[in-house]
Amino acid sequence: MRVFDEELTALKERILRMGALVETQVANAIKALVERDTELAKTVIATDHQVNAYDVEIDEECIRLIALRQPTASDLRFITTAMKISTDLERMSDLAEDICERALELTEEPQLKPYIDIPRMAECARTMVKEALDAFVNRNADLARKVCRSDAFVDDLTSQIFRELLSYMIEDPQTIRRAIRITFVAKYIERIADHATNVAEMVVYLVEGKIIRHTTI
Amino acid sequence: MDETTALEVHDLNAWYGHTQALRNMSLSMMERRITAVIGPSGCGKSTFIRCLNRINDLMPGFRVAGRVLFKGQDLYAPGVDPIEIRLRIGMVFQKPNPFPKPIYDNVAYGPRLCGIKERARLDALVEESLKKAALWDEVKDKLHHSALALSGGQQQRLCIARALAVEPEVLLLDEPCSALDPIATGRIEELLLDLKKNYTMVIVTHNMQQAARVSDTTAFFMLGQLVEFGPTSQIFTNPRDKVTEDYITGRFG
Repeated sequence: MRVFDEELTALKERILRMGALVETQVANAIKALVERDTELAKTVIATDHQVNAYDVEIDEECIRLIALRQPTASDLRFITTAMKISTDLERMSDLAEDICERALELTEEPQLKPYIDIPRMAECARTMVKEALDAFVNRNADLARKVCRSDAFVDDLTSQIFRELLSYMIEDPQTIRRAIRITFVAKYIERIADHATNVAEMVVYLVEGKIIRHTTI
Repeated sequence: MDETTALEVHDLNAWYGHTQALRNMSLSMMERRITAVIGPSGCGKSTFIRCLNRINDLMPGFRVAGRVLFKGQDLYAPGVDPIEIRLRIGMVFQKPNPFPKPIYDNVAYGPRLCGIKERARLDALVEESLKKAALWDEVKDKLHHSALALSGGQQQRLCIARALAVEPEVLLLDEPCSALDPIATGRIEELLLDLKKNYTMVIVTHNMQQAARVSDTTAFFMLGQLVEFGPTSQIFTNPRDKVTEDYITGRFG
């Protein structure tokens, strides 16, 4: 194997390790929320710096490869994709951290209602993250397109959760503080799904050289 | 963008003796655009470019079949004068090859052969050609010094000026920078991009980054065949053919 190929493989592995870390953060953030586990929430927040370090390292490595290897064609698409994916993963990590912050605030008051749609939505978003990364590893554009389509489900659940919480707030203003925080959480999950969609769209670019962002698939 | 075809190659085949160098090549080169030809050694790039102004006619045992149309006129049709073609389609070679004469005489050589004798007209042509080749400022005070005293990069620009002096419409460049350092290469590349306003160019290069930097369209050749031909940006970001991909990413063979 050429040195350059080894470097590309190492870059891919680094993205995967970062991705696995972010996936765990998202899963744990929801777990911390639903189970009112403040320790777990704090642990998620504490791992953020690891993700940030990956983001910087990956960017530096991509810039180095562009400067020194002058990549073309699929190598170029791979490296630019890696750069963008690391940015999206880093944002997802920030959002997981935000979920934990809201979770910590919510544990200070009695639970407003049992969480039903939030975990469903979060599970869908987490699957999207996982599948987007699988699609990246296996250069699978079909799987990437499936991820893009899943985004609509998450969007629908977000609206549904918002409507439901709104009815709580209208009925009893005492719930407003908690309801708004839960609305935020729904929005964060929805954003995570959006970032997973970005990753999936980059995978389609990686495989087919086609930019499908801002178009309907 | 007005896209007019300058050179059109139809089903071109070429042989050196019994060895076939080009197989069924068909492609069009647009006016005032730079077309780059890339490919591994022996793929037929130089043979191809040399067919475009019939300079290969001079090679013993060389034979060609197919058509090369220059603005609709078949260059290989009976009765076409190859000398006249080479005036309209000039060529610059890999190694700078100025004549062992003064700078002025190098540039005036072509026009003189064409019968221009008036001093004032020759002076104007020499100045204009050297300016077009971005060499005038460096040599205007030593036009009567030997061309061989110039640096490699200057010599190559002198060769470009010499080619331009007969007022061609097309410039063929066969690895014009392979004997030059990066700074001289950069100057030639800038020059080519500037000349594009008025000339159609075809450049053969081993340096893929150079093809990427200067050309509008890239043709990838292998084993005497055209593998892929398309906009340079597409060839370098998303080639259609696996063989092209392997070549430009350096995974060839």
